[in-house]
Amino acid sequence: MDTDPLLAVSDLHAGYGETEVLHGVDLAVGKGEIVAVLGSNGVGKSTLNRTISGVLRAKRGSIRFAGHAIEQEKPPKIVMRGLIHVPEGRCVFPNLSVRDNLDLGSYRRARDHRQQNRDGVFGIFPRLAERQSQSAGSLSGGEQQMLAIGRGLMAEPILLILDEPSLGLSPLLVEELFALIQRINQQGIALLLVEQNVVQSLEVAHRAYILENGSVVLNGASDQLRSDPNLKRAYLGL
Amino acid sequence: MLSPAILIPAIINGLLIGAIYALIALGLTLIYGVLHIINFAHGALLSAALFAAFFAFRLLGLDPYVSVFLLAPAFFTLGYVLQRFIIGPASHGDDRNMLLVTLGLAVIIENALLYAFRADTRTIDVPYAFQTINLGFTFLAVPRVVGFCAVFAVAFALWVIMTFTDTGRAIRAVAKEKLGAQLAGIDVAHVYAVTFGLGTACVAIAACLLIPTYYVNPRVGDAFVLVAFTIVVLGGMGSVPGALVGALLIGVAESLSGLFLGESLGQIGIFLIFIVVLLVRPSGLFGARA
Repeated sequence: MDTDPLLAVSDLHAGYGETEVLHGVDLAVGKGEIVAVLGSNGVGKSTLNRTISGVLRAKRGSIRFAGHAIEQEKPPKIVMRGLIHVPEGRCVFPNLSVRDNLDLGSYRRARDHRQQNRDGVFGIFPRLAERQSQSAGSLSGGEQQMLAIGRGLMAEPILLILDEPSLGLSPLLVEELFALIQRINQQGIALLLVEQNVVQSLEVAHRAYILENGSVVLNGASDQLRSDPNLKRAYLGL
Repeated sequence: MLSPAILIPAIINGLLIGAIYALIALGLTLIYGVLHIINFAHGALLSAALFAAFFAFRLLGLDPYVSVFLLAPAFFTLGYVLQRFIIGPASHGDDRNMLLVTLGLAVIIENALLYAFRADTRTIDVPYAFQTINLGFTFLAVPRVVGFCAVFAVAFALWVIMTFTDTGRAIRAVAKEKLGAQLAGIDVAHVYAVTFGLGTACVAIAACLLIPTYYVNPRVGDAFVLVAFTIVVLGGMGSVPGALVGALLIGVAESLSGLFLGESLGQIGIFLIFIVVLLVRPSGLFGARA
């Protein structure tokens, strides 16, 4: 790991109202790294993402991104810094065209490069180019996932958080997705990949954290985790 | 049966009146479509705008068709500030609370107007108030024709903003997908305030179009907003084309039932149509089916 990580979360407590979901999470993502956060449903993965991207306010602890404390900042400011969160369930704008969805990805950041980045996204996802004037609500689940990722790329992210991107995709599309994640990473973009799909995530990620009941119970290099007997038993069914 | 010579002018007049309703309904449906609340302060803001247009004429000598270019931006700013610094913060993050705050705001605005200007009814005198255009078979009142054209110019301008600007796209995005919008870096509080400002600017424009032939008192806005609310439900909550078509329909219904049942019963037609549409199409003319 880098001595000065791109994203450093330490002792993070967060939740909804009185309910605390995260009980002191520590996590780091280095520049250009793919880091996976793994865990089953309801362990706090989405809460972690929402707190990092500023939608939820941290109750305690710190979040540093590219040398700035961001735990008190709101989403527009955090987006401006280049930390982009592609949410679970895609959250595309169903009433807007595919093209308008992408353009809004550069609402806050990289607006000057809109056209060029849109062409770039269309290069990665030719299907979106074909459907650019169709409304996003009429796309299939897989296409909406592409659109959500494309919208994230429009902001020229330094760190891209992908929240359960493989959810609801066919096995073939999941293969494509993980190939795409590596391709995005090769452009120098760091990724925080939050997934239930443990096997495939460990294949693309450099390092991973295992989240259980709002705490990190295990972390390390992916190779090392793949052979961890506890992880094998709990998540890989071996 | 009445002859076309009476019927057609009545329909045309209904369309002209309907256009002003459309503008008020447009503001209401815009705010509903994005903030998902009924703005109860809409009527009070219309009364306030009518007073503003009245005093712009009386004190500054500005014709309403001139002062509209000052009052529209002024009321946009007023709406923006109300939403951003009063309604939004007072609702503490729960959008449903905004409804109650607008209700409170309506009470405050109306009573402030009542306190400042008393319950007197006021009118202005402009030279073109009773001018007409002769179409051969009927006469059209000039202020109503101006109003009709202005409303469609405003609707067109709104369509351009909503379709071709980032702010408009952001407004439409927030309307349907708030979390996605936040994560795209869109400041939702700002978008809410811009939307409220646009709705309030619509009211100010409507006031300037109304004042040449209408009167103003502190409660005058309520009557219009009741009709406008009917139009919004009729057209489909949050639908802009629905508000336009619904308003024209309501204008004609009011005009025709005035013709058949007498002027004082004109509004019965509005509510009859309203009930029939809700029985046949509960989501409104342009509303998405549940």
